[in-house]
Amino acid sequence: MTEKVNSNRRNLLIATSVVGAVGVGFAAVPFIKSWLPSERAKAAGGPVEADFSKLEPGQMLQVSWRGQPIFIVHRTPEQLAVLPELNPRLKDPLSDHSIQPPFAKNIHRSLKPEYWVGVGICTHLGCSPKYVPDMVPQPFDEQWKGGFYCPCHNSRFDVAGRVFNGSPAGTNLVIPPYMYEGETKVIIGQMAEGEA
Amino acid sequence: MGKAASKNMAGRLLGWMDERLPVTEFWNKHLAEYYAPKNFNFWYFFGSLALLMLVNQILTGIWLAMHYKPDANQAFGLIEYIMRDVPWGWLIRYLHTTGASMFFVVVYLHMFRAFLYGSYKKPRELVWIIGMLIYVALMAEAFLGYVLPWGNMSYWGAKVITSLFGVIPGYGEQIVEWVRGDYLISDATLNRFFALHVVLIPFVLVFLVILHLAALHQVGSNNPDGVDIKKLKDENDKPLDGIPFHPYYTVKDIFGVGFFLIIFMGIILLKPDLGGLFLEHDNYVPANPMVTPEHIKPVWYFTPFYAMLRAIPDPLWGAVVMFSAIIVLFFLPWIDVSPVRSIRYRKWPYKVALAIFTISFVGLGYLGLQSGSALQKLMAQIFTVLYFGYFVFLYFYSRYEAKHHYYKPIPERVTH
Repeated sequence: MTEKVNSNRRNLLIATSVVGAVGVGFAAVPFIKSWLPSERAKAAGGPVEADFSKLEPGQMLQVSWRGQPIFIVHRTPEQLAVLPELNPRLKDPLSDHSIQPPFAKNIHRSLKPEYWVGVGICTHLGCSPKYVPDMVPQPFDEQWKGGFYCPCHNSRFDVAGRVFNGSPAGTNLVIPPYMYEGETKVIIGQMAEGEA
Repeated sequence: MGKAASKNMAGRLLGWMDERLPVTEFWNKHLAEYYAPKNFNFWYFFGSLALLMLVNQILTGIWLAMHYKPDANQAFGLIEYIMRDVPWGWLIRYLHTTGASMFFVVVYLHMFRAFLYGSYKKPRELVWIIGMLIYVALMAEAFLGYVLPWGNMSYWGAKVITSLFGVIPGYGEQIVEWVRGDYLISDATLNRFFALHVVLIPFVLVFLVILHLAALHQVGSNNPDGVDIKKLKDENDKPLDGIPFHPYYTVKDIFGVGFFLIIFMGIILLKPDLGGLFLEHDNYVPANPMVTPEHIKPVWYFTPFYAMLRAIPDPLWGAVVMFSAIIVLFFLPWIDVSPVRSIRYRKWPYKVALAIFTISFVGLGYLGLQSGSALQKLMAQIFTVLYFGYFVFLYFYSRYEAKHHYYKPIPERVTH
């Protein structure tokens, strides 16, 4: 059987098969790519502006970006001052294992220390934590210095979204990409050039 | 017109058909002259019951699709419309939702039968592997179907499961967006899940079931004794311990169907959601991306694997362990190389190991339904180790069995 193989014909057959396989590969591209977010979804998921000029120190503003709650907190000097001393009680004080743009990998986890912008979704199972700004003991934490508390499974975060020891959540709250446009206005979902 | 004439007519029609389509040949090969061991017991009902449930799911699914639209704004309301306004819609929907759970009950028992009697062993490796592919396709089908009612548990379940792709190093986020077709679970996700649920996966499932049966009929059915009935044949070259599948097992299976339907219909008519186990309470609330259900958990048939995922602190390794738990099953025919098929002729260490494995799997299933306290997490970790430990044990133990003939004497012919 093998002696009768016409190697010319066999090579043509192989070449044809290879070309066919490549063709199938290219033909698959539109089908696979049609699963990507559509232009409409991209437009709806585009960057959003948030103007927080009227936000008083200690207050929080919530906006929505890509179906997620985005928290913007105007932090008081007291709230900022307490951040370094919380470090020993935190799981990831330096945000080494958490998700944030490079500019937010610092102790206050933001571009400007006074304003914190973060995704208000618990990194445990996706509940939305509550903002509890008062620096007084709470039922869930006797040493409370202000921050976020998730009622679903008792995860606790400080005002920089850093997770406390003993919380079911493993990492700090996610910081979305954002950039300033003016003093008190941010564009969420977009970063200044050179930041990415 | 006499009786003979009509019989003659029918006979002639069949002859006409047979010349053009192998009707009689197919009937004989797979039913009238397919010789199955005569000692099938209780555990052998579940194959035919699985087929029954597949037909049930396809039939009720087609009827549900006649009233449902995969539209994020309408889907939740349309389920209630089916339940309240469509004539008999409640029954068709419960047949489908309770049917999904009962399908898994039957499939798990069918798989356990293979563990008991070594049905995955040579020469039935492909029967087992195709069966495992059916199991995986079935899990995909069940997950996709669970999203369609667009309740809040549908939504968050879809979010947790699609987030699993996010643990893939490097490209995770892009793959998640690709699967969802948006930056969040949305109308686009619902639409594609509907298409996969009603077209692609059912096609795959039916194709795999045909392959499963074709592979089974190529090698013949195993039996509770695990002995090969093809070795001893009578003067007509028929297995001494075999009986034709039709009429003997068709009748037996129909009896099983009758018994099963009493239980199935009993659940549907008396407690269709089985206290939140078959249909969850949180799914009676519309999907809401801003509000998480108090306690996200999958339907019971996924909970053993979900418990493993939660037991591992690292998300990437959790996903790896969870998927490994399924992948390892594919290799079972080569992990267990013992010449003994049936548990009846294996000694006590195997029985103990299988008992521990079963307890671990059921235990994980229970823990996956719980909220996950520290003790429960520890127990899930222990059960996960025991689950995988079974396969490690079996790898060495089956080789020991083979080498030292460490098993009970196996009879020549089937017993009971």
